[in-house]
Amino acid sequence: MSNKSFFVTALMLGCMGGTAAQAETLKYAFQGTLNQLDPYSLNETFTLGALGNAYEGLTRRGADLQIEPALAERWEVIEPNRWRFYLRQGVKFHNGNDFTAEDVAFSAERVRAEGSDLGTRINAEATVEIVDDYTVDFVLPGPNPILHYEWDTWYIMDKDWTEANDAVSVTSASDTTPNYAALNANGTGPFKIASHEPGVKTVYEKFDGWWDTATHNLDGVEFTPIGSDATRVAALLSGELDMVYPIPVQDVKRVNDNAGTQALTGPELRTIFLGMDQMRDELLYSDVKGKNPFKDVRVRKAFYQSIDIEAIKAKVMRDLSTPAALMISPFLYARAGEFERYPYDPDAAKALLAEAGYPDGFTVSMDCPNDRYVNDEAICQAVAAMLARVGVTVDLVAQPKAKYFAKVLASGGYDTSFYLLGWTPGSFDSWNILENLIQCRDEAGKGGAFNLGGYCNADVDALKDQILVENDPEKRDALIAQAYTIANDEVSHIPLHQQGLAWGVADGVELAQRADNQFVFRFVTKN
Amino acid sequence: MSNVSTDKTETAAAGMLARMVDSDIFHSFLKSKVTVIAAIGTAVLFLLAFFAPLIAPHDPFDLATISILDARVPPMWMEYADPRFVLGTDDQGRDLLSGIFYGMRISLIVGFCSVIAAAILGITLGLVAGYMGGRVDAVIMRIADIQLTFPAILIALLIDGAARGIFGALDREVFSFYILIFSLALSFWVQYARTVRGSTMVEKNKEYVQAARVIGIPAIIIMVRHILPNVTGPVLVIATINLALAIVTEATLSFLGVGMPPTQPSLGTLIAIGNDFLYSGEWWIAIFPGLALALLVLNVNLLGDWLRDALNPKLR
Amino acid sequence: MRRLLQAMIVMLVVALLAFTLFRFVGDPINQMVGIETSIEEREALRERLGLNDPIPVQFARFIQSAVQFDFGTSYQFRQPVSDLFLKRIPATLELSFASAVFALVVGIPMGIYAGLNRESWVSKVFLSVSLVGISLPTFFIGILLIFFFSVNLQWLPSFGRGEVVEIGSWWTTGFLTASGLKALILPSITLGLYQMTLIMRLIRAEMLEVIRTDYIKFARARGLPDRLVHFRHALKNTLVPVITITGLQLGAIIAFATITETVFQWPGMGLMFLQAVQNVDIPIMSAYLLLTAFLFVSINFVVDILYFLIDPRLRIERA
Repeated sequence: MSNKSFFVTALMLGCMGGTAAQAETLKYAFQGTLNQLDPYSLNETFTLGALGNAYEGLTRRGADLQIEPALAERWEVIEPNRWRFYLRQGVKFHNGNDFTAEDVAFSAERVRAEGSDLGTRINAEATVEIVDDYTVDFVLPGPNPILHYEWDTWYIMDKDWTEANDAVSVTSASDTTPNYAALNANGTGPFKIASHEPGVKTVYEKFDGWWDTATHNLDGVEFTPIGSDATRVAALLSGELDMVYPIPVQDVKRVNDNAGTQALTGPELRTIFLGMDQMRDELLYSDVKGKNPFKDVRVRKAFYQSIDIEAIKAKVMRDLSTPAALMISPFLYARAGEFERYPYDPDAAKALLAEAGYPDGFTVSMDCPNDRYVNDEAICQAVAAMLARVGVTVDLVAQPKAKYFAKVLASGGYDTSFYLLGWTPGSFDSWNILENLIQCRDEAGKGGAFNLGGYCNADVDALKDQILVENDPEKRDALIAQAYTIANDEVSHIPLHQQGLAWGVADGVELAQRADNQFVFRFVTKN
Repeated sequence: MSNVSTDKTETAAAGMLARMVDSDIFHSFLKSKVTVIAAIGTAVLFLLAFFAPLIAPHDPFDLATISILDARVPPMWMEYADPRFVLGTDDQGRDLLSGIFYGMRISLIVGFCSVIAAAILGITLGLVAGYMGGRVDAVIMRIADIQLTFPAILIALLIDGAARGIFGALDREVFSFYILIFSLALSFWVQYARTVRGSTMVEKNKEYVQAARVIGIPAIIIMVRHILPNVTGPVLVIATINLALAIVTEATLSFLGVGMPPTQPSLGTLIAIGNDFLYSGEWWIAIFPGLALALLVLNVNLLGDWLRDALNPKLR
Repeated sequence: MRRLLQAMIVMLVVALLAFTLFRFVGDPINQMVGIETSIEEREALRERLGLNDPIPVQFARFIQSAVQFDFGTSYQFRQPVSDLFLKRIPATLELSFASAVFALVVGIPMGIYAGLNRESWVSKVFLSVSLVGISLPTFFIGILLIFFFSVNLQWLPSFGRGEVVEIGSWWTTGFLTASGLKALILPSITLGLYQMTLIMRLIRAEMLEVIRTDYIKFARARGLPDRLVHFRHALKNTLVPVITITGLQLGAIIAFATITETVFQWPGMGLMFLQAVQNVDIPIMSAYLLLTAFLFVSINFVVDILYFLIDPRLRIERA
């Protein structure tokens, strides 16, 4: 990227008085790194979002997150178990190869191969049938109304390119030689990846042969990861960067007050919630011995009602959060408005605790990450202080995410009594929540693997299975409402809020802030 | 970090300790105004920290008394201030003034304990290495080399994880405290060991030690009775520097998320928390604890400076 | 020769210690896969990485490859660790070098002045101000510098290395461009502040001693001008310990560059190491530790030899 000759040319261009005035390069920073470029290696929002500017799926999502056609022009369910996709013609990969049905079939195999982290995009038993060069059938083992919901991040790779570069197997950390696809990209998207230095800088270039009409005016994009919040904000304020995200909620005002920058805020899809161990007969970290207070719904409700969510919103989140009554964002579930939070009422909470046999409260440890969600540690501290007021002593264990997840997830044996977690359903659908967070699980984590507290109700699970195969949207929503109602009545979890998005943008840059926190270059214009 | 810095002056000072405890030191102490001010400053800060529970207007560790609704109140001379909070509050609504008193207490305790632990470990190993020489010396000094490879930050990260893995559930607040002391002690002992070893090697060949050995006094008694008193000078000097260093290192660990728990903040934790609020105009959360820390470290170091010069016979 | 053997053992022990402790830093698997990845897949990945093998087996495997300079593949970046390090080393070395230069260029004159004018208030200000510098944690100093010089004054960049120029196939330098040089200023000051204080105080102490020696008194008695006495004779005598310590501190600088690099997003080894700790990237952590161990061991080795050459007494003692 910056070799000597490049530097010299750049200088010369500069001397000639900005002949390249039209060339708009967008420089932006994110808190995390873009580790590698293989689109099937890591199922994580930022990675998929960053790669989504170079790669494309059969579908894509617009600025409002609605599904729209991309590499597939249209599709239909011709039989309950058979979906037909009509592919766009005349699409080229960055290396000039044509995009055809072969590539789709190849990508469908590769995304389900060993080492892929996106294996759930397509059911393992589904088969792909090539009808002709531009028509593909997906044959499923059973009906699935949400088959294509996550296909905007199932990116299509070039079969010839991948095979020629010996990158057919998915980049896996157990590889001993670097995988070509991890360091190079060849998609159909509006930007090519010109250079990639992992953890340092990634440079994109505009792809002139893109099939769609470009609404952006960028010639290139330069991405730098900046881990330190203060440095990231400073780089925006000082005018070194055009866009940084996320910015800490406390700096929103500063970014707005600063001449030449503004903060874009909006709701995010991730729900932050508290969970309680309801599975063990005795809590691992508590002074209550011989029984588990969280098995009593009154205790769970008391915890719920002792939390002043509005205070957390005002003071910790600086109004950049939406208190939640459900485990899913209201944007993702049409009937979310019918649900309400239990009111904040410390006296009721005390009464409930006394009724349950804990008039003087008890002590419990709380696990909390301190570098994962927006102000996660501060939220936990505030919760601890609020619980202290109803007599519950919380011993707060806040640690970096690497340690936190190692402790509380299945691999750590669900080693927690009381925890804070955040969740965005990858499919933007309630079934994902019920499947992962609310479904019963066994001790090894079979079932609802991320239901850390082990809440269990067979009725909810039965509803969940019906929801998966129900094709009628209205009936489906009613079933979902039933499941949520049961979980809410039993206080399976304590939903706190949907955290807010906060992006810092320099004046003159127009962009679309998507609620899934993906930064999509094709919506950007820079003047 | 500064293991070598002190070597030089100390070896020279070593032999002179006996003469030093008399009025000479006092004299030089009173002569230097800076030192007197530093001594008074240190004393005041120590007293504030020690009597924090009596002096502080609030108990910042009692979660039941703090309210998030009081968060980020500015110091009393600013707009929107609250007379209850002289220096304002932090992001959780803790009174900063009380937080600083209590935090200083924690910082000092962590600092002192780790310095004492490091000194005991370092002196013992240094004495043994210097006195025994040969293979024992080689082994100890190579261990010291290994030690230098692991910066305090890394040791704390690793020990924190390892200890939790081994001991499982323990009271978090007490626990982090011990981990901190242990990690800091582990990273600082090398300086003492090196210095003491050097001085011991010099002392060992002096006639009085030779004589003691000849009349059959056991090695351990020679070390403790005869050699040890001669190396206390340099050790004191390192200790004052290390006290400051330990407090600052603890702050850095808080920044990395492995320091004292946020519910029991040290001065360093307060700075690390306040760090996030520098741009948003709530400067007092970081600046006041920062000032307190700077004052503390400055005073202790000025005392250390004076001690270093006073103990150096070449400067008389 | 025996020293060399000892050095090897030190390296081995460092590697072993690091290895046994790493498993407690966290679970690498969680950092390598998306949160929705099933438990079975996680288990399979763990098996493929050999993380289920007993520690001695893993260790043997690691050493076996390490002696061939193969440090494995980074869990995060899916690239050979040695390649990553080669790319990051220039950044760290240049930063360390710049901060050492800063420490020497500022520290030595201040030290000389404070040593020669012991009672002057300027020296006292030097001493106190330098102390304030080290009494604040590195990260805080870095943030304050960024706050003033990048955000408020907009003079200097807040992150990164600026424009770098490639020299040869694997070295990149920021010394040859204006933006590269500007980018060096704040991080070097942040990193060098501690060393500067140290050097200043050391020079001061040495100066205080040296100017009282007979040798200097004699030079003065010969009627040589003060300046000549101070710089020719006195300073020369103080430099020997300073050079040794600077050498030793270089290792410390590299080790402590981690925080500075993190604050300034400086793309060096320290930043990569702290990120590796956060993401439990064991191959990077092990390689970094081995590298610093190697550095310390070799510096110690060189310093020991230097002592031996400089101080004739030691030679006699050994003989």
